[in-house]
Amino acid sequence: MSIDMQTKTINFMGQRKLAMMFSLFMIVASFAGLWIKGLNFGIDFTGGTLIEVSYPTAVELKKVRADLTEANYGEAMVQHFGSAEEVLIRIAPREGLNSPQLSNQVLDALSAASEEDITLRRVEFVGPQVGDELTEDGALAVLYALFGILIYVALRFEWRFSLGAVSALVHDVVITVGVFAWTQMQFDLTVLAALLAVIGYSLNDTIVVFDRVRENFRTMRDGSPEEVTNTAVNQMLARTIMTSVTTLLVLMALFFLGGEIIHGFATALIVGVVIGTFSSIYVASATALALGVSKEDLMKAPTEGVDREAEEAELQRAFLEQEAKREAKLAKQGKKLDDEDEELK
Amino acid sequence: MFQNQQKIISNQYPTWKYLMLVVVTVIGLTYAMPNIFGDDPAVIISPAKSVEFNADTQSQVASVLEKSNLSIKSSVFENGSFLIRFNNTEDQIKAKSLLKDKLGRTAVVALDLAPATPAFLQGLGAEPMYLGLDLRGGVHFLMDVDMEEAINKAYKRYIDEVKGALRAEKVRYLAVEVEGETLEVKFKNTEILQAGMKVLQTRFADRFTLTADETTAAPRVLMSLSAATIAETKKYALQQNITTLRNRVNALGVSEPVIQQQGDRRIVVQLSGVQDPARAKEILGATATLEFRLVEEEGDPYRAEKTGYAPNGATLYKFRNGRPILLKRRIIVDGENVINAQSGIDPEQGSPQVSVTLDGPGGRKMLATTKKHVGHRMAVLFIENSVETVEENGQKVKKRITTKDVINAAVIRGQFANRFQITGLDSPQEAQDLALLLRAGALAAPMEIVEERTVGPSLGKDNINQGFMSVIVGFILVLIIMAWRYKVFGMVANVALMLNLVIIVAVLSMLQATLTLPGIAGIVLTVGMAVDANVLIFERIREEMKNSSIQSAIYSGYEKAFVTIADANITTLLAAIVLFSFGTGPIKGFAITLSIGIITSMFTAILGTRAVINWIYGNKRVEKLSI
Repeated sequence: MSIDMQTKTINFMGQRKLAMMFSLFMIVASFAGLWIKGLNFGIDFTGGTLIEVSYPTAVELKKVRADLTEANYGEAMVQHFGSAEEVLIRIAPREGLNSPQLSNQVLDALSAASEEDITLRRVEFVGPQVGDELTEDGALAVLYALFGILIYVALRFEWRFSLGAVSALVHDVVITVGVFAWTQMQFDLTVLAALLAVIGYSLNDTIVVFDRVRENFRTMRDGSPEEVTNTAVNQMLARTIMTSVTTLLVLMALFFLGGEIIHGFATALIVGVVIGTFSSIYVASATALALGVSKEDLMKAPTEGVDREAEEAELQRAFLEQEAKREAKLAKQGKKLDDEDEELK
Repeated sequence: MFQNQQKIISNQYPTWKYLMLVVVTVIGLTYAMPNIFGDDPAVIISPAKSVEFNADTQSQVASVLEKSNLSIKSSVFENGSFLIRFNNTEDQIKAKSLLKDKLGRTAVVALDLAPATPAFLQGLGAEPMYLGLDLRGGVHFLMDVDMEEAINKAYKRYIDEVKGALRAEKVRYLAVEVEGETLEVKFKNTEILQAGMKVLQTRFADRFTLTADETTAAPRVLMSLSAATIAETKKYALQQNITTLRNRVNALGVSEPVIQQQGDRRIVVQLSGVQDPARAKEILGATATLEFRLVEEEGDPYRAEKTGYAPNGATLYKFRNGRPILLKRRIIVDGENVINAQSGIDPEQGSPQVSVTLDGPGGRKMLATTKKHVGHRMAVLFIENSVETVEENGQKVKKRITTKDVINAAVIRGQFANRFQITGLDSPQEAQDLALLLRAGALAAPMEIVEERTVGPSLGKDNINQGFMSVIVGFILVLIIMAWRYKVFGMVANVALMLNLVIIVAVLSMLQATLTLPGIAGIVLTVGMAVDANVLIFERIREEMKNSSIQSAIYSGYEKAFVTIADANITTLLAAIVLFSFGTGPIKGFAITLSIGIITSMFTAILGTRAVINWIYGNKRVEKLSI
C-alpha cells in the first residue's frame, strides 16, 4: 500500500516541540491554580449540608441571608442556582447538629420568614467521615484506572506506547482539574465521574492513533518513526475531529439542557474532550517518539498473528472474487463500467 | 463491453446474521416499549404486621372509594394487597388519606407510581426502567451504627452474669467493671483470684479470653470478648437497627422501600417517591421502647372502648388489629432491660415460640412479679415516639406523636426471672415478627445519619425532563451531522444509533438497574461516542477507495477498523469498570449505562451497519458509494 502524497499532510510531529511547550505551560498553570486557589470541593468531599429551596417568585439573596442569620445560620453560603427562584444554601458541618434536623430547621426558619410557600428541592448531607471516604475512594479510582490502562496498553502494544498513553491521560486530568481550580467551579462526585470518563475518552482517541502508528510501521517500508507517526496522525485526523465534534455536540446539549446539577459534569467533559483530542495527537505520540519507539519494537511479537490474519483475509477475498465473477458471468450484464472509481466520493 | 480489472468482493452476510439482528431488534423493541406508557398514580394498600385482608376489608375499601366520587382507573386485589390506580395525583392523594382514616393501623396505605404497562408486555416480564431517587424524588440515608457503643453495652450486660456466677460458687469479688474494651473482675488476694478464675473459666471461656493480672494492688482477671463474639455482637446490633428502621418505614407508607446493610456497620435506607421528605426524616428519627405490663382481667375492654372509661389503675390499649385490651398501669420492665429476643421452636410442643432474655435488674423485677401472678396474663406494649409536622389552621406545627400498640399478651405459666419464653404463637412468622419488635424496642446501639440525599418531587420531575431533553437534542444533532458527512452510510449509522438507544433502554429495563441523572448523562455520552466506531469504519472505507475497488474497500474498511474499535472500546470499558467498583450511588449509575452503551454500540455499529450496507451494496455492481 502506498501512502497518498497528494492529500495535504500537516506536519504535526514537526511542531511537537511547540506543542510540548504549550502542554508544559498548561500543566504548570494547572498546578499553580491548585497551589494558589485550590479546588472548590463540594460537600461530597468536605462534608456538610446542602439545601436547595425554591421560591414561587424571584427572591433576593440578601433577604435569604438575613433570614438565615436571624435563625442563627449566619455562616451559611447562599447562592442562586439556575434561576432567581431557586436558592442553594451550603452549611459547614456543625457539632452536635449534623443530622437531617439541620435541613428541617433551615427550611422551617425560611418558611417562617417568608409569606410565600417554599418548597424543598434537594438536601444533601455528607458526614465528615463519609466525606473522607469518598475522597479516598475517588483518588483511588483515578489511580487504579490509570494503572489498569497502563497494563492493558503495555500488553496490547508496547511499553513506550503505554507510557505515552498514560502521560497523555495524566496531562488531560491535570489540566481539567486545573480549569476547575482557576474557575473555582465546584468539584464534586459527578465531576470526578466525568474525569474518569475523560480518561476513557482520551484513551480511546490515543489508542486509535497508536493503532494506526503500529499499522504504518508494518506497511511503510521506509520512513523514520517521526514520518510514520505523522502519517498516522494525519490519516486519523478526519476521524479524530469527527468524533470529537459529535461528542462535543451531545455534551453541549447536556450542558445547556441537562440542568444545573449536571453542569459541572458536562463542563469537565467538554474541557476534557478538547484537551484529550489535543493530547492524543501530540502528547501521546510525541512521548512514544521521545522514548524512541521504532519499527523493530513493534515487529516482534504480533507479526505471526497478523500474517495469519492477512492470509485468511486473502483467501476469503480470492474466494469471494471467484463467486462474484461467476455471478457476473451468469448475469451477463452488458453495462459499461467506468474505468475509474477514484471519481467516487 | 469491457470489464475493468477491479477486484470484486461480494460483501454478503449469511442469513443467520440477518435473523439474529431481527431477533435482537424485536427483543429490544419489546423490552424497551414499557417505558413509553408512563405510570399511573396509584395507592397500594398492604396489610400491617399480623393482619390479613379478608372480604370485609375488600368491601370497606370498595365503599370508601365509592363514596369519595374519585375517578378510579382500576382496582385490583393481588397477593394479599390492593393496587388502585387513579387518573391524576390529586385523586390519588385524596384517596390515600380517606383510606388511611378508614383502615387505621391495620393497613399500610402507600402512594405509588404504578407502571401502566399493558398486560401483554407484563406477561413477557417487560417492565419500565427503574428510576433512581434523583429522578423520581425521594430520600436516601446512610446510617452508621455506633459499634463501639454496641460492644460497650455487650460488656455491661455480662456484669450481672459474672457477678451471679461468682456468687453461686461463693467466690467473693471486690468489683466487676467495664474498663475500656475489657471486663475487669477485682479480687482481694491471689487465692481468691485463683478460685474465681476457675469459675470464670468454666462459665465464660467460650465467649471471653481470660487473663489474670496479679501486678495490681487488687489482683484482677481481665475478660475480653472473643473475636467471634464481637463479630456476632456487631452483626446483631446491625440487624436490630435494620429491624427498627423497617418498622418505621412501614409506618410511613412507602412503596418498595430499600433498607440494606452496607459494609459491616452501615445501613442504607432509600425511600422513593416520598412526597414530603421532611416527614420521612422525622419518622425515621423516631425512638421506640417496650413495656411489659400485666393485663387487667377484671374489666371488660370492649365496654371500656365504648364508654371511653377504663377501670381504676388500668388503661385501655389496642392490639395492632384493633382488638381492645386493658393493661395495668404499673410497668414491670421496659425495653432498656431487654437483652435479646429470638424466635424458635418450643422443644416440648413443637410450636413456635420467642425466647426473651432480660438483664439482671430486669430479671429480678420480673421474678418478683411473676411469683405473685402465675395464671395471669402479661402483655407487651410497643411504644413509638416521633415528631411530625402537621398542618393546623394553615400553620405548620411540630407535634410529638406517640403510638402505643399491644404486640402480645400471654399467660404466665410459672415464675421466671431473666429468661423466659412466649409460646402459643400461631405461626413461625408471628414468632419472628414478635421477636423483631421486641428487639426493635430495645435498641442495641445508637445510630447516626452520616449521609443524606433528599430530592423533592418537583426536582425529580425536572431532572427527568431535562435529562430526556438533552438525550433527544444530543441525539438529533448527531443524526444530522452523520447524515451530512457520510450520506447514505451516515443514514445507516443513524439507524444503528437508534437501535443502540433502543437496546440500551431495553437492557436497562431488563436488568432493572437504577437509572439516575448521571446515568442519563452516560447514555448521552454513549450516543456521542457510539458513532466513533462508524466514523472509524467510514473514514477507512474512504481511504481504501483510493486504492481498491468499491466492494473491497467496504470489506477492508470494516476489517481493518475492527481491531482499532475493539482496542479503543475495551480500554474505555476498563475505565467504566473501575468507575463502577469505586463509585457510590449516582456514579455507579453512570458507569452502568456507559458500560452497557459501549457493548451495545459495538454490536450495532459493526454488525448492524454492516448488515444494512451489505444489503444495499453487497453482491452487486456498484458504481458510486454515497459516503
